[in-house]
Amino acid sequence: MAADPLVHIAGLGKAFGTTLVLDDVTLDVRSGEALAVLGPNGAGKTTLLRILATLARPTRGIARVAGFDCVRDVERVRARVGLLAHGAWVYEDLTALENLRFWTTLSGLTPTADELRAALSAVELERVADERVRAFSLGMKRRLSLARLLLARPEVLLLDEPYAGLDPRAGKWLDGYLTAFKAAGGAILMTTHSFGRGLGAAERIAILSAGHVVHQTSLAALDAEDVRRLYELHAEDSA
Amino acid sequence: MSYPRRAWIVLWKDVLSERRSKETLNALFFFALLLLFVFQFSLGADRERLVAALPGLLWLGFVLSGLLGLGRAFLGERENDCWEGLVVVPGDKSAIYLGKVGGSLLLMLVVEAVVLALFGIFFNVDLAPHLAPLALVIGLGTVGFAAVGTLFAAMTAQVRARELLFPVLLLPVLVPVLLAGVKATEAVLGGETLGAVAHWLRLLAAADVIYLTVGVLTFDAVLEG
Repeated sequence: MAADPLVHIAGLGKAFGTTLVLDDVTLDVRSGEALAVLGPNGAGKTTLLRILATLARPTRGIARVAGFDCVRDVERVRARVGLLAHGAWVYEDLTALENLRFWTTLSGLTPTADELRAALSAVELERVADERVRAFSLGMKRRLSLARLLLARPEVLLLDEPYAGLDPRAGKWLDGYLTAFKAAGGAILMTTHSFGRGLGAAERIAILSAGHVVHQTSLAALDAEDVRRLYELHAEDSA
Repeated sequence: MSYPRRAWIVLWKDVLSERRSKETLNALFFFALLLLFVFQFSLGADRERLVAALPGLLWLGFVLSGLLGLGRAFLGERENDCWEGLVVVPGDKSAIYLGKVGGSLLLMLVVEAVVLALFGIFFNVDLAPHLAPLALVIGLGTVGFAAVGTLFAAMTAQVRARELLFPVLLLPVLVPVLLAGVKATEAVLGGETLGAVAHWLRLLAAADVIYLTVGVLTFDAVLEG
């Protein structure tokens, strides 16, 4: 029998007032697997991630992470999820190292100075470890956020446009990190607009349009051009 | 050990950020100086009027500069998109509240010390003999102010009319602190002992305990919005 999925979403709905943002969304992501959610702006991708990260409550349906309900077991879900949101979550008057120390300590972790520097080294920010984040580019801030995830060691990664703002070198590093994360048994749910690099780590895609999952498929036999055609067919038809 | 460490890291972050940017501190010093000029100008050299008004003016200075400082307590989180990060970190959120209260308290005490010194200089009042009891009164009042102010700053941080809502919500709740603070300061500056103002000190201490308890118990819900 297959193990329970690390991310389980069934009949999920979310409305803001009378506006339905997600409707009857059903998705699973298993251990060692990455699912990329594609969709036009306003399709509900970020709302889906926010529900799984316990930042928003669903109007109906089920959302579970590692077997814990995203509404009833909020603390347990938070302890298992690593979220890379649109905002980088960095304090600009602190250095890169100080930012990492802040977020890890606040999360109840106690990494050593060497571990903090190793995380910065992994995302190639060791050279600027003691510089204030105010001077960092968007991509550098993004990499700092990834270093935070590296130290948190979550079971499930929720990534909102993880490749946005990253240069090819950092993107390649992210590919390697996500592959290693999956190999260690983690599950990834990410949103992306990219048909190329953004899908490199994913085994499956789900196309979300106007709050509905309009298509799900394995990426095993598809290349970037196939994905683009599928996207244009399904997302644009239902939009 | 995680809870105190988590509270400490928030305090450390706030103090370090302020030490580097000096945005709030500089604005508050300038504001306090401006306030003193206005008070000096309006009261003139009438010594009797000055002595009667001094405790109220002192607390007015504390309140106005405190409102400015506390109103910015969550500015860092808003400007740096870190609010969500504070929400999703696992663990008791009241540690974040206590760290924030500590940061605000330190900032307010620094500004109040400067305001007090400037009052002494501007109005030619010898505060030295009253310094110890005055420090106790101001300290107790500031703890309550910071405790409830931090909570209300968090409540209003995400709303559009926060600059208007923050003082409107906070000032009525601060009445016990202001009343006890002004009356105790008046008595202390008049040469009375701490024993004579014990009832005001008890009121300040009770307000501190109540505000801190309410803050610790409700901050989680406030942060989650």
